Amino acid sequence: MAAASTSFQSAPTQTNAHRTSSASTDALLDVRALSLAFQTSEGELPIIREVSFSVAPGERVGIVGESGCGKTVTGLSLLRLLPEQTARLSGQILFEGRDLATLSARQMRAVRGRDMAMIFQEPMSALDPVFTVGEQIGEAYRAHFPVDRKEARQRAIAALAEVGIPAPERRCDEYPHQLSGGMRQRVMIAMALICQPKLLIADEPTTALDVTVQSQITDLLRTLSERTGTALLFITHDLGVVAETCTRMITMYAGEVVEDAPVDDVLMKPRHPYTSGLLRSLPSLSARRSVLPSIPGRVPSPNAMPAGCRFAPRCSYAAESCQVRQTLVALGPQHAVQCCRAAEISLPGAVN
Amino acid sequence: MFQSRKLSIIVRRLLQAIPVIVLSTFIVFGLLKLVPGDVAVTLAGDNASDARIAEIQHIYGLDRPFLVQYGSWLWKAVHGDLSSSLVSSESVLSSIERCLPHTMLIVVLAMLLALVIGIPLGIAAASKPGSWTDGFVMTIASLGVAIPNFWLGMLMVAFFSLDLNWLPATGATPISEDFWDAIRHAILPACALASGGIAEVARQLRSSLVEILSSQQVRTLHAKGLPPSSILWRHGLKNVSVNLLTVISLLFNRMLAATVVVEAVFAIPGMGNLIVNGAIHRDFPVVQGVVFAMVLIVVTLNLLTDVLYSILDPRIS
Repeated sequence: MAAASTSFQSAPTQTNAHRTSSASTDALLDVRALSLAFQTSEGELPIIREVSFSVAPGERVGIVGESGCGKTVTGLSLLRLLPEQTARLSGQILFEGRDLATLSARQMRAVRGRDMAMIFQEPMSALDPVFTVGEQIGEAYRAHFPVDRKEARQRAIAALAEVGIPAPERRCDEYPHQLSGGMRQRVMIAMALICQPKLLIADEPTTALDVTVQSQITDLLRTLSERTGTALLFITHDLGVVAETCTRMITMYAGEVVEDAPVDDVLMKPRHPYTSGLLRSLPSLSARRSVLPSIPGRVPSPNAMPAGCRFAPRCSYAAESCQVRQTLVALGPQHAVQCCRAAEISLPGAVN
Repeated sequence: MFQSRKLSIIVRRLLQAIPVIVLSTFIVFGLLKLVPGDVAVTLAGDNASDARIAEIQHIYGLDRPFLVQYGSWLWKAVHGDLSSSLVSSESVLSSIERCLPHTMLIVVLAMLLALVIGIPLGIAAASKPGSWTDGFVMTIASLGVAIPNFWLGMLMVAFFSLDLNWLPATGATPISEDFWDAIRHAILPACALASGGIAEVARQLRSSLVEILSSQQVRTLHAKGLPPSSILWRHGLKNVSVNLLTVISLLFNRMLAATVVVEAVFAIPGMGNLIVNGAIHRDFPVVQGVVFAMVLIVVTLNLLTDVLYSILDPRIS
């Protein structure tokens, strides 16, 4: 697989020896110190702080964390889909070397759907109810390629077949409400992949679906990613899905990246107490025992963030040194963690 | 399948219209009987004896029981006979034929004005919510809702007719006689009637468009890389067309009712005028006939609206 190229930008004072300049230029997507704040009547509300990570071509990366950790807004900020009047972005979003954060609206439109596509949590509300699925898929193609309606329709039918929808010629002329939830998400995937983008952002694509359909969609995404070489940024709170689908896992907590590591490493030996807590509270991955462990407390709200380590109030390993602001530190060529006690403590993982 | 679906909507709505027609004419008939006053007294003239009044009541069948009177009216109406006016003895049907075109002309003209002005205002406001344009449009719309149409009518008569002498202040010309003169007479009443409609269309269109444009389905359209123009004109408008249709059909009904006042201000011999005079003289065949005609128009329009719903929104069947 493609080497996980990670660059850590959040610690200008702690420039680590493992970061090489070549790693950054090889990356398809290189996010550097991306921060986002929403403007509200009570002032600016910081949502994500100096998030840095990268995705190599064809790589499948999972972003995990509880609700309210900033996973979804991170995905939306990459495509600049947040309302421009209220969302203030800073930092760099380098996509194939171009900084998306500085592009004009017109240039950004040319990237959306063409080079970087996105699918969403609820396929029913994400599709337009008064247009047929064929029209909606074809339109995504016509937005970037000069073809007529007839050819766009043929491409839409082919795309529907590609995502495993039976009788695509018939389904093409149906409306979203005539399809099942799983079918609708397949339509979303067909629409997102019709221009053969280099990166697909999947924002909790299985959360709103039946359990039986969830694994079909996950399998489909992995298969399509492998076959077409489209990189996948899989945003989910389901660590089991990440374990099955992705090669690297980024843990987010309270708007920050707290751990970034290959999936195999992190499942066995997580280095951040939060990742460890997430892994242990997973029924399918945790050891069989009567009580499922959980992380006490909840994610702090954006206007009440702890000054030091943001996880410290919920962390059983918290010490004096956690009271200062933490930075992402490389532990190895592919493993980084934002925990000052990472070297001292040994954390339980999911796989022993 | 598509055609039979539409046919079943039409049949269902027509069947529902029957009790509506019976109930509404029955209630109006009952109200006319409840208020004091009797057409027989009017017809008998001044200083008529009680015996004379009773005689007239007997001639017109006014001494029969209430339900019998209503039943006989309904029976004739079902057979296409709306009786004659008790006062002028003109056939009610020909009165309606004479008055309806005047009313429909100002209602249709007012509706066109409401749409032609209201829709662009609503779109302009919704495409930049919170902007200066938005604030301006919404202020205009609030004014339009708040200003009574009869007052606006009088103001316009004072200005456009009396001061500038551009348009006739009162009266109407049948559209069959002189088309342009009919339009000239209809402009002021239509403007007075349209003011509330413009506001209503602009406000409703703005709010439903703003809602659609900030929805998840539109976020998907942005994620596909569509230009904002295509998102607004193609997806936005098609999604709000059902709401707009609802506004139009409600507005049409309300305008039809509002003509009673507007026709009085502009002295137009329309349906409003007809029913008001009928009610003053307790001329129940006239009142019943007008109500009957109005209910038929409203039911037909609602039917048309329902069929259009099923064309515009594939989810409605």
